[in-house]
Amino acid sequence: MCGIVGLFLKDQTLEPRLGSMLTDMLITMTDRGPDSAGIAIYGSQSAGQAKMTVQSDSPDADFATLASDLSAAVGTEVNLRANDTHAVLSMQADKVDTARQAIREMRPAMRVMSDGDAIEIYKEVGLPKDVAARFSLSSMHGSHGIGHTRMATESAVTTEGAHPFSTGGDQCLVHNGSLSNHNALRRKLMREGVRIESMNDTEVGAAYLTWKMQNGATLGEALESSLEDLDGFFTFVVGTKDGFGVVRDPIACKPAVMAETDQYVAFGSEYRALVNLPGIEDARVWEPEPATVYFWSH
Amino acid sequence: MQSYDVAENGLRGLNATLQAQSADTNQTSWEVVNPKGSHAIAVGLDAPIDVTVRGSTGYYCAGMNKQATIRVEGSVGPGVAENMMSGTVIVEGDASQYAGATGHGGLLVIKGNASSRCGISMKGIDIVVHGNIGHMSAFMAQAGTLVVCGDAGDALGDSLYEARLFVRGSVKSLGADCIEKEMRPEHLTLLADLLERAGADAKPEEFKRYGSARQLYNFDVDNAAEY
Repeated sequence: MCGIVGLFLKDQTLEPRLGSMLTDMLITMTDRGPDSAGIAIYGSQSAGQAKMTVQSDSPDADFATLASDLSAAVGTEVNLRANDTHAVLSMQADKVDTARQAIREMRPAMRVMSDGDAIEIYKEVGLPKDVAARFSLSSMHGSHGIGHTRMATESAVTTEGAHPFSTGGDQCLVHNGSLSNHNALRRKLMREGVRIESMNDTEVGAAYLTWKMQNGATLGEALESSLEDLDGFFTFVVGTKDGFGVVRDPIACKPAVMAETDQYVAFGSEYRALVNLPGIEDARVWEPEPATVYFWSH
Repeated sequence: MQSYDVAENGLRGLNATLQAQSADTNQTSWEVVNPKGSHAIAVGLDAPIDVTVRGSTGYYCAGMNKQATIRVEGSVGPGVAENMMSGTVIVEGDASQYAGATGHGGLLVIKGNASSRCGISMKGIDIVVHGNIGHMSAFMAQAGTLVVCGDAGDALGDSLYEARLFVRGSVKSLGADCIEKEMRPEHLTLLADLLERAGADAKPEEFKRYGSARQLYNFDVDNAAEY
């Protein structure tokens, strides 16, 4: 069992409140996933600049000179904004791949959570309310975001086993369920050169979608083909730079509720997660159909 | 009317209060406010009382109900009226998966749509859905009646025993051992009664009846060597 929440804003005036609304939804889903929590938030962008979120178990030591070390290694200005165990590095967009390689060499214990123009990912082991507090999630702004509360089944309770997973620029995935063909698929994708860093089943799902999109599929097409190629139970919520998608496996035993108003589209594993959203009384509330891809974009 | 505020007084208190009502209680009419999608609202009741839930609920609303009439002015999460024994449960909105699962008796009315596995393993409950139902509904249903005024999803009545299924609209596909059957006068009478009790605006003649072909669950001596 896990909990998923998602919020895609249509009304820009709500953007300063995205973090607080999403945090409230996330904490409500604690019963479904008390061991870890995470959030992907799509916030500010600046032209030509990319953001990379990194995580360290020893942030004081790792982050102290990271910006200057990295700047020297990749030959461009790097800014660092630390947030507890995570830090967001900003740099010239075309330096991201070099920076990722440099980090692997300079700080091998550090993990790269995401990169892209808008995405930031924060995730840790612990109760959702504690994870939300340590990163001040409720003060974050953005156009859309996805959160996850984890009750682990397929891999250990660790930071890298927590969701969301990002395996491509500005992409992320959260999952409720369990994939049963992830080992075979992981081997296949790694042979194709796709980056997979944990033994977690969901990361394979995320990598699968990234691989499909690298080969020319749209996100919608990638989600459609996941229904054929992924075996197991899943309700997926995915995020891209300007969009938000949902798909459930054909059996659809993992719960999902959606609500839409003129101001937002919201997702919750349970209706409880949605009850404090503005105007929920008059929202269109429905359960997404099995084996059907839903997608919204700005 | 007695009123109970779940947000203020908690869920345990609600169920303890409602379960404490005896057969001859004079507090026969209750409203539950601020359910806010909570799970297990009004479960395990065993008295002829009326309970109105003002809003939507989470999992297992009205589960194990006996005697009580429970009305939800909203939608319900998975497992509404699960294992109901008697009484009536009315949902004004939609129901999530496995509505009325394993129910032994009573009447469940869903005025909106029900999703997958509606009436799974039903054992005597009557279920009337004004809208549509999802896939795998009435899976292994043993007894009782499922009436669907709209359409049914894939694999209706898979591995069906002796439950009676009536669908007015289309059936996307029938499950293993489920077949269409002739509508006889006694079925029209049964349907007319259920539709009236469920407040459904539909005529019995508009429905088709489905039931078990009885090939799957009966032992056939020709298959003895397979065991």
